[in-house]
Amino acid sequence: MNNGAWEPVIGLEMHVELDTQTKMFCGCAVTKGDAPNVHTCPVCLAHPGALPVVNRRAVEYAARIALALDCTVQARNIFHRKNYFYPDLPKAYQISQYDEPLATDGSFEYWVDGELLRCRINRVHMEEDAAKLIHAGGDAGRIAGSDSSMVDFNRGGTPLIEIVTEPDIPSPEAAREFLQQLRNLVVELGVSECNMEEGQIRWDANISVRPQGSEELGTRTELKNMNSFRYLQQALDAEIPRQIGVLEAGGTIDLETLHFDPDTGTTTPLRSKEEAHDYRYFPEPDLVPLEIDPVWVEGLRATQPELPAARVERFIADYGLSRADAGVLGSSGALAGFYEEVVAAGAGAKPAANWTMGEYLAHLNAAGLEAGHGHVTAERLARLVKLVEDGTVSTSAAKEVFARMIEDRAEPEATIEKHGLGQISDTAELEAIVAEVVAANPAQVEQYRGGKQQVIGFFVGQVMKASGGRANPQVVNDLLRRALDA
Amino acid sequence: MISEDDVRYVAKLARLRIEQDEATRMTGELAKILAHIDKMSELDLAAVPPTAHVLDVVNVTREDKERPSLPREEALRNAPAVSDECFRVPRMG
Repeated sequence: MNNGAWEPVIGLEMHVELDTQTKMFCGCAVTKGDAPNVHTCPVCLAHPGALPVVNRRAVEYAARIALALDCTVQARNIFHRKNYFYPDLPKAYQISQYDEPLATDGSFEYWVDGELLRCRINRVHMEEDAAKLIHAGGDAGRIAGSDSSMVDFNRGGTPLIEIVTEPDIPSPEAAREFLQQLRNLVVELGVSECNMEEGQIRWDANISVRPQGSEELGTRTELKNMNSFRYLQQALDAEIPRQIGVLEAGGTIDLETLHFDPDTGTTTPLRSKEEAHDYRYFPEPDLVPLEIDPVWVEGLRATQPELPAARVERFIADYGLSRADAGVLGSSGALAGFYEEVVAAGAGAKPAANWTMGEYLAHLNAAGLEAGHGHVTAERLARLVKLVEDGTVSTSAAKEVFARMIEDRAEPEATIEKHGLGQISDTAELEAIVAEVVAANPAQVEQYRGGKQQVIGFFVGQVMKASGGRANPQVVNDLLRRALDA
Repeated sequence: MISEDDVRYVAKLARLRIEQDEATRMTGELAKILAHIDKMSELDLAAVPPTAHVLDVVNVTREDKERPSLPREEALRNAPAVSDECFRVPRMG
């Protein structure tokens, strides 16, 4: 996107529901898809006198996210009340963190078009999710005259983490990459599945523009509660030229919250400035401070799973992959795991990388599947790679074998056998084809014998074609030379 | 010094409707409370760490272990309106 004399500045906030067994402040189960209002109690329904108690595992999961983002986990944690009225919030405040959050001052590196960008992380804090509002009927089949919404409190009180970046993100594309790669990281930490359809992960974007090279930030607008990478990028793609247009016409940007309409591709104000929230934060008197022991934090650090950045380096060192290939294979845990299984099953590191990034990834994309859930197992792909290496099947025929293995959900050997895709190395069989080809092309034979050695390539091509791509090129080469040099 | 406008603003945030005589009275009362709190500014408290809680206790946490929830009928019993196994509330904007 060309923004002329302007540059966009984007900051993001990401909310992640943690996959703990129970809620942030009570022992109600955290589940998905259950009937409404079966996981509630006096605490998460805000009955008078009920007291919240912090879930230790939620603190651990949050700290793991903070450590993965290179943040400093603060020794002193205070919970605050964020006050506002909404039917999904039974206490009329959300327990959150304010000026003494869990962790601060981190950074996250992410890839955009082969370039490694760095974004500073302002903070990571803990809070609780709101309940789910179900708007009766919707447009279709709406109950006549219904002015109601339904509230399901199963989700209310689910541990929620907010990750806040500094305004370091230079483009809508970078924003999408940042969020996708950050999501991968959180999934790999094993603290949340980050299921987007279930709204386990949502984000807000703050966006402003400024003259190229300027150090000052312009007035920002906010896009709230988005849960699709594509819409987020589209919304930013629409908002940036809108702001530039306003400024170039001599206008000013209002600090406001915008709604993105994917149907029209435009952003419109959600609420005016006059209604801007004043949350009146104050320390939550129902919760005592949380003092986090640095020794405990170091224990977590020592037991963090391998993270994408470290894995990419390991792939370069251990498998001799290029940085670009290691970046593709190493940045997603599922794909990396699959690749390593292929190598562990005996395939060479380089061909295994090419197959995983090439045919296998194309298959996943075409079928809309996650790595590891494709219709070819790592073990079968490894066998196919080995069959190419030992000459049982040619490289070009192997691609067809792969496609048919998916169709038939079959073993490579059986597929080669069934569809007759094996490489022909049998001299007698190939000699016949070679003789035919030589006999059919006297002009080229003349050229070759006249000293134009490169014509051999033409003959190899003809023999390969006649064999359906299955002839062993080395054997063909030898037979041709013998026939032509005779 | 707190103004009557401040009082009306806070009342609005708290969704309280207050009459004129109440606004006048509360402006006076809140001013007294704030003046009382301001007394503390007269002390040199630079060396005293901020207090976040009245109890001298930290780290009250629990294990991530499920405990029984309320039966739905029980949870919905105090709701002013119920439908579809949910609390029914006025539709928001």
